[in-house]
Amino acid sequence: MAHHTNREADITHDPGTVLSARNVVKRFGALTVLDGVSLDVHRQEVVVMIGRSGSGKTTFLRCLNHLESIDSGEVLVNGRRVGYREETDQPVEESPSKIAVARRNIGFVFQHFNLFAHLSALDNITAAPIKVLGLPKNEAQERARDLLKRVGLADKADARPSTLSGGEKQRVAIARALAMRPELMLFDEPTSALDPEMVGEVLAVMKELATEGMTMIVVSHEMSFARSVADRLVMFDSGHIVEQGPPERLITAPQHDRTRSFLRLLTDGA
Amino acid sequence: MILDAGTGVTFDWSFFWGHILEPSSAWLTGLWRTIYISVISQALGVVLGFLITIVRRSRLAPLRAVGSFYVWVVRGTPLLVQLVLVYNGLAATGIYKFSDITVGDVTVLGVVQAAILTLAVHEGAYMSEIIRASLDAVDHGQIEAAAALGMTPSLTMRIIHIPQAVRIVIPPLGNEFNLMMKNTTLLSVIGLQEMFLTAQDINSTTFKTFEIFAVAGCYYLFLTTVWGFVQRGIERKLGDPSMRVPRQSALTRLTGIGSRSTVRVEH
Ligand SMILES: Nc1ncnc2c1ncn2[C@@H]1O[C@H](COP(=O)(O)OP(=O)(O)O)[C@@H](O)[C@H]1O
Ligand SMILES: [Mg+2]
Repeated sequence: MAHHTNREADITHDPGTVLSARNVVKRFGALTVLDGVSLDVHRQEVVVMIGRSGSGKTTFLRCLNHLESIDSGEVLVNGRRVGYREETDQPVEESPSKIAVARRNIGFVFQHFNLFAHLSALDNITAAPIKVLGLPKNEAQERARDLLKRVGLADKADARPSTLSGGEKQRVAIARALAMRPELMLFDEPTSALDPEMVGEVLAVMKELATEGMTMIVVSHEMSFARSVADRLVMFDSGHIVEQGPPERLITAPQHDRTRSFLRLLTDGA
Repeated sequence: MILDAGTGVTFDWSFFWGHILEPSSAWLTGLWRTIYISVISQALGVVLGFLITIVRRSRLAPLRAVGSFYVWVVRGTPLLVQLVLVYNGLAATGIYKFSDITVGDVTVLGVVQAAILTLAVHEGAYMSEIIRASLDAVDHGQIEAAAALGMTPSLTMRIIHIPQAVRIVIPPLGNEFNLMMKNTTLLSVIGLQEMFLTAQDINSTTFKTFEIFAVAGCYYLFLTTVWGFVQRGIERKLGDPSMRVPRQSALTRLTGIGSRSTVRVEH
């Protein structure tokens, strides 16, 4: 069957690995924001990333689905490169339509929800399945209603984003990402823009998702969520992963000074 | 009836009301031209403005330069000069002479073609600025969310970007059309027999200067007022509830007294 191997696929790819970031470097002008970050995430694994503000967590997530270009290194999802193709040993940026195809498989949940303001909750969820995947409208709506039920918003199908609370908006945003049936979900501080009383409802949805076996990378400083849901905690500092491991170990016995001081900051601050 | 306050002030009310209530057919022809030239020029101006906006957002620097040059020249020169250049100037140098075109029963005068072309080109530059600002005003986070869902840039433009930009564009577009109707008075300099030139003709034979231009003013006021109501209706229909223009009394709509900002954009 070797001759059926897709040439675009990496032959060293382990089918258990959903995401593989290798030596990702990202600069904004003279500022190096990611200084060679490598991370492998296995199927059904939940990785929680922490690190102080400005350490590059958001940028790293954005590089994973090519919302940001990268300066060197590579990102593979299911063994396929995201954003670039190899051409005479020089990586060349893919066309916008190829990049769009690669993103279908990667759900992204933003800190500020970014719901489509002119569409109802239901239409927010069905837009991409209909227009991108070509799903028939009634099928997409059925899928959307199921998802709304799952996130506890079955009665909000017709609501405009402006009439929803922050927690409701974020749950719609999660449902919208899930409607594409992605294999990998990225969450960038999904609860940090919420009022405290709404954090729980969003984390509950994410926890259930993790239980169902979704592969997730979550930037979050909700340590109780990290303890109970994460398989691995990753500490970011100045564009590097300085430490990673099981959350319990990292929290109780951090090896790195930066991790120790950051965790102290978290427990003191919050 | 002639009002004479003993100070030499005269205003021929019957002449005034006669022209208001029973306009001559020449007047109605002028009115009709004012309307259809405004509508067609504005519509073409919007299309042109959108095309220029696309050109100015192109990935190719030379295209962007062409778009910016166009806007710079058109916005930097008076409409009056543009009209005379296009209609009289081009003909005088022998480059192009606008001549009447007949299609079936309809004849489009050369001067009308020149007028519509110039107004559309002029308006296109202004609309391009307005459309560009409206596209920029749409929350960038939503554009990124669309990209993250696997939408291509053109799909995002069609189903996320433009539908929201349209709501932002409507109020300034309404103002542009209001200006457009009033700007048609300038067409009199190239001899286009619209409402203003008709008033001038009547003035030169009757010398009822105040009366006839007061009549013209009333007609323009009527046109812009009707348009104001239409615009409100469009704004109310298009907006989502959070952006919707609040219902206002007729007085507020007419005079602006007691009105607040007309658009609210949610970020
Ligand atoms: N578009 C950008 N242009 C320039 N600098 C940026 C941009 N985005 C992020 N940065 C910088 O990159 C660094 C990392 O930012 P970010 O990834 O948002 O960190 P975090 O999410 O960990 O707080 C910061 O210093 C930030 O100012
Ligand atoms: Mg961040």
